[in-house]
Amino acid sequence: QVLRIKTRNEEQVKQLQLLESLEHLELDFWINPSAAALPVDVRIPAHNVQAVKAFLESQGIAYSILIEDLQAVLDKEKQEMAYSQQRERSSNSFNYGTYHTLDEIYAELDHLASEYSSFVSKLQIGESYEKRPLYVLKFSTGGSDRPAIWLDAGIHSREWVTQASAIWIAKKIASDYGTDPSITSLLNQMDIFLLTVSNPDGYVFTHTTNRMWRKTRSKNAGSFCVGVDPNRNWDAGFGGPGASSNPCSDSYRGPSANSEVEVRSVVNFIKNHGNIKAFLTLHSYSQLLMYPYGYKCTQPADYAELNDLGRAAASSIQSLYGTTFTVGSICTTIYQASGGSIDWSYDYGIKYSFAFELRDTGRYGFVLPASQIIPTAEETWLGLKKIMEHVRDHPY
Amino acid sequence: AAMELQPSHGLASRAATLATAYLCYRRGSPGRALALRSIRRARREDIDDVGHKYHLELVLEDVPDKDSTINCTAEVLYHLGSKNVAPDVQFTLEGELKNTDEADDVFYNQIRSLEKELVAENIPDSHGNVPPEMEPIRRLAWVASGYVIWQNSTENTKFHLAQIKRVKQMKRSDEYLEFDYTILLHEMVSQEIIPWQMTVLWHPHHGVQVTRDSRQPKHTLE
Repeated sequence: QVLRIKTRNEEQVKQLQLLESLEHLELDFWINPSAAALPVDVRIPAHNVQAVKAFLESQGIAYSILIEDLQAVLDKEKQEMAYSQQRERSSNSFNYGTYHTLDEIYAELDHLASEYSSFVSKLQIGESYEKRPLYVLKFSTGGSDRPAIWLDAGIHSREWVTQASAIWIAKKIASDYGTDPSITSLLNQMDIFLLTVSNPDGYVFTHTTNRMWRKTRSKNAGSFCVGVDPNRNWDAGFGGPGASSNPCSDSYRGPSANSEVEVRSVVNFIKNHGNIKAFLTLHSYSQLLMYPYGYKCTQPADYAELNDLGRAAASSIQSLYGTTFTVGSICTTIYQASGGSIDWSYDYGIKYSFAFELRDTGRYGFVLPASQIIPTAEETWLGLKKIMEHVRDHPY
Repeated sequence: AAMELQPSHGLASRAATLATAYLCYRRGSPGRALALRSIRRARREDIDDVGHKYHLELVLEDVPDKDSTINCTAEVLYHLGSKNVAPDVQFTLEGELKNTDEADDVFYNQIRSLEKELVAENIPDSHGNVPPEMEPIRRLAWVASGYVIWQNSTENTKFHLAQIKRVKQMKRSDEYLEFDYTILLHEMVSQEIIPWQMTVLWHPHHGVQVTRDSRQPKHTLE
């Protein structure tokens, strides 16, 4: 039971403070006794309720019952939460404007694949270190082995706005086919592959244990420290400057290129597919739109085209809410970093390789308020669309 | 010899972030935090036997009023070699900052009238939420972290305040407010999250002081 106690004077406050010190009563004060004018709320285990009431009455201390049966209230709340979760599932009211657990995102992938089953399907491209499935949504209106666009999010698990944006983008692509001329023509010629959670082990860890976790959760031989930075693990300048050889570092490159199954699975998928024409990856934060290289500070051969396209995409992003993205190569814009994904994809032959750093510029950083998820997804989508349209119109 | 840098250049961005942090420390309060809106111009000068000096023209935002911007010129000198010497920062603001005396006084009185010393955790929380009554506490951390960032910056670092893990108000017998913060700093170049303790002193019409600060071991998090 939860009681509300109204003390009349300092003497009574002292009595309550005495009561507070009696540990065997297992009293849980929701408002502690401090001043006579303020109420004191206390939760009392059932078996001690009578004793405490008797004490209060003997001291002439007034009280009332705030909550008759706390357990009943909690049970009801739990029931209601389960019910509304269930309603959300069955009535397709996935709230894109809030952060979700891995399970919730995976459930929505299934939902999208089922609702748009004529052109959306879910593939498993591998398993994480802790054996969680790596799911890719395939958007395809037909053909066989059409040229395709790759888009991934959440390779760094703490960058929550990226997984959240990716699932919004999935819904956007699915619902725009048949209504938006640009996306319709795009999907009539090309396929899109979308990996919404590239690092599911890390993502779960950010929910259960450490919101700021970045890496995978693989064990490192000979070290207590866990995990490899999956964006230093690609076979592009691996071992060079801008990645650490220390397993405890947040930019640890790993024992060898592709050591991380999360990276290897994507590499294998892309190689096996054989017809990927663009490789786009989402990170946060800093509001940047970058092209190769990161592992070296020299310009890529396609610098002019990539720079122009990047600027056009940044301009599209800005047109919606005024959000400014800085465009440039990874090396000159942030830092030299070896083993990065778009360097690998570019050197592999995928010309249109871009890395986005989404909102914001440091005010909230990784803990971007949920209210900014949809605006971020909306503006980012405009930039992605600009790039995809260019890829569609410039086959190679 | 001074070399013009693209405002989008990573080195300009680091110097600008540092200059903003320092500025925020010098001019901030629970009623005002300053953030970097954009870099208009950046030049880098290599001074023999001394270090690298950045000349910057910045546009700053007066948080919480995002529409209120102020121009600023700043010079950041990173000293050659020494890891233990903080960079020199000089700045000039073009125009006046908004007066925050009223907001500061309100916050001061609110804290002084609390029955029990304030304690809070995870600001913002995992979902980016900040309870409105915690906004001044957050701005105060921002301002104070500017000092820590300034003292620990080099040309190869770019720090932001990632989160307040814990804040505890300390009892004082004088008129000052004192808070013990454990914050998480995000260092962009290494991508490390660094826990840091700082003891912060403040009184309206006085500046923010960091009387003690120390880097904490990383496993404090896990």
